[in-house]
Amino acid sequence: MLTVEEIDAGYKDLQALWGISLAVNEGEIVALVGPNGAGKTTTLRVISGLLKPSAGCVLLRGRSLAKEPAHRIVELGISQVPEGGRIFTGLTVLENLELGAFGSNARKVKDQSLQWVFGIFSRLEERQRQRAGTLSGGERQMLAIGRALMSKPGLLLLDEPSFGLAPLLVEQIFQMITEINRQGVTILLVEQNVRAALELTQRAYVIENGRIVGQGSGEALLSFESVRSAYLGSS
Amino acid sequence: MLGPIAQNLVFGIMVGGLYGLAAVGLSLVFGVTKFLNVAHGELLMLGGYAGFWIFTLWGVDPFLSLPLVVVCLVLIGLVLYKLLFARMVKLTEENKIKNTLLVGFGLSLVFQNMALRLWSADDRGITTAYSGQALTLFGVRFPVVRLASLAIAVVTLLLLDLFLHRTYTGKAIRATVQDWEAATLMGIDIHRVYLLSFVVGAAVAGIAGALVSVGYSIEPAMGLEWTLIALIVMVLGGLGSIVGTFVGGLVLGVTQSLTSYWIGGTYREIVALLIFLVVLVFRPQGLFGSKEG
Ligand SMILES: Nc1ncnc2c1ncn2[C@@H]1O[C@H](COP(=O)(O)OP(=O)(O)OP(=O)(O)O)[C@@H](O)[C@H]1O
Ligand SMILES: [Mg+2]
Repeated sequence: MLTVEEIDAGYKDLQALWGISLAVNEGEIVALVGPNGAGKTTTLRVISGLLKPSAGCVLLRGRSLAKEPAHRIVELGISQVPEGGRIFTGLTVLENLELGAFGSNARKVKDQSLQWVFGIFSRLEERQRQRAGTLSGGERQMLAIGRALMSKPGLLLLDEPSFGLAPLLVEQIFQMITEINRQGVTILLVEQNVRAALELTQRAYVIENGRIVGQGSGEALLSFESVRSAYLGSS
Repeated sequence: MLGPIAQNLVFGIMVGGLYGLAAVGLSLVFGVTKFLNVAHGELLMLGGYAGFWIFTLWGVDPFLSLPLVVVCLVLIGLVLYKLLFARMVKLTEENKIKNTLLVGFGLSLVFQNMALRLWSADDRGITTAYSGQALTLFGVRFPVVRLASLAIAVVTLLLLDLFLHRTYTGKAIRATVQDWEAATLMGIDIHRVYLLSFVVGAAVAGIAGALVSVGYSIEPAMGLEWTLIALIVMVLGGLGSIVGTFVGGLVLGVTQSLTSYWIGGTYREIVALLIFLVVLVFRPQGLFGSKEG
C-alpha cells in the first residue's frame, strides 16, 4: 500500500533522514520505533507531504506523492495523528471531528463517519458540544484519532499516541488502535513505548540517527538484543 | 451637564462601531495569515472613495452602493494578495511580520499618492438628501446616517461571526488560526484560507471606509490614523473574538469622544495610545480575549 523509497530529508542545514526505506502492506499494523530525535516524526511528515524530501519518493498504491500538496494527500487516503494530537482546543469536539471530514469525498459521508467514530470512542459522543480544550489528556488523544478517522483514511499514521498517558489509558488506546485496524484501516505506528508497540504489531522498523537499522516481526524484534538493551531496559 | 455627556457617549458609540469594523478586518487577516497589513487603513480609504465616486458619478445612494464597494475591495484584495502577499506565506512568523510591514508601508504610500492625484487632498464626504436629519430622544441627537452606519457595522460583524462559526469554510478558518499545520492535515488548503481571509478583510475595510465617507469625511492621508485605530482596537479586543473586537471599538470610540469633550480634541490620539499601552501591559490577551484563541 505504502512504499517509502530511499528518502533523504531535513530542516535547513540539518539532514534528519538518510535513505529511509520502508513498506506497509494493506491491512497491516507496522511500527516505527527508535530513540528521541531518531527521525520518526520527520518520516511521518514526509509521508504526509508536510515536508518534501530532497531525494527518494513516497508511493501510495504505486502512485508517487512527490507532486501532491499535503492537503491533497489527505484526500488520497493518508491521515495523520500528529505528535501531541494537536486538536483545535478553541473549537468544540464536534467541530474538530467535522474538520476531519473536510475533503469533498469525506464530507459526503460525514454523518456515517461520525457514527463510526462515536462507536469506537463513545466518550467523544458525550462530549461533542464541549470545547476541545476542556478535555482530559486521554480524551484529547481519542479526539485526535477520531478526527483523523473522519477522512476515511486507508492508511492511518499515528505519532506516539500513548505519549504522556497513564498505563491504563495506554492499554485502552492500544486496544482501540487494534480495533480500528480490524475494521480495515492500515496503520503505521510511531512509538516510544516499544514493548507495547511490538506486541501489537506484525512488523516493525527500528530507526536510529535518521537511518533504518533493523526490521522484522514484532516478536523477533522483541528478542533482539540491541532492541532489548536500548529500549526495554534490562528486564 | 448630563446632556452633553450623553450626546458624546452616543457619538462615541457610533464612531466606535466603525472602529470595531475597521479592526475586525485587520484582526481576521492577522489571525489567519500573521500578515500585519499596515496598509489596512488605505483599504478603508479606498472603500471610502469608491463610495464617494459611485455617489458623485452616478448618484447612487451610499448605502445601496455598499455591495459595489465590496466588489471593488474584493478585487483589490485579490490582486494585492496574488501579487504581493502570496509569496510570503512560506516565511517564518517573524519574517512574515517584518516583510508585510515593509510591503504595507510601501503600499500605503502608493495608495495615498494615487488618491491625491485622483481626488486631491480635500476632505470629501457624501451629502445625501437625508444627511442632515436626526432623531432626537431626551435631548440627545441621533443623526440618521450615523445610526444607519452603526446598524450596518453590527449586521456585518454578526454575519461574519455566523460565517466563521456555522459554515465549513468558517470553521476551517478558525482551525487555521489555531494551528495551520494541523489544519493542513485535515485536508484544508491553507493557501485558499489565507486568500479568502485577506479578501474578506479587505471587503470589511471597504464597508467601514464607505460608512466613514457618509457619516464623517475622508481624505487621502486618513489611512495611517485608521490603521492605528484598527491596531489599538485589535489589541483591546483580543485576537479571535469578533464580539470582543467590536466592544473594543466601542470602548475606544467612547473614551475618545468623552476625552474630547472634557479635555479637548487634541488629546484624542494620546488617550487612544495610553489605553493601548495600559492594555498591552496588564492584559496582553486583550480585554475579552482568552489565551486559547
Ligand atoms: N522543525 C525542526 N527544525 C529543525 N530541526 C528539527 C525540526 N524537527 C526535528 N528536527 C531535528 O530532526 C531530527 C529528527 O527529529 P524527529 O522529530 O523526526 O525525531 P523523533 O524520532 O520524532 O523524536 P521524538 O521521539 O523525540 O519525537 C532531530 O535531530 C531533530 O532535532
Ligand atoms: Mg517525534
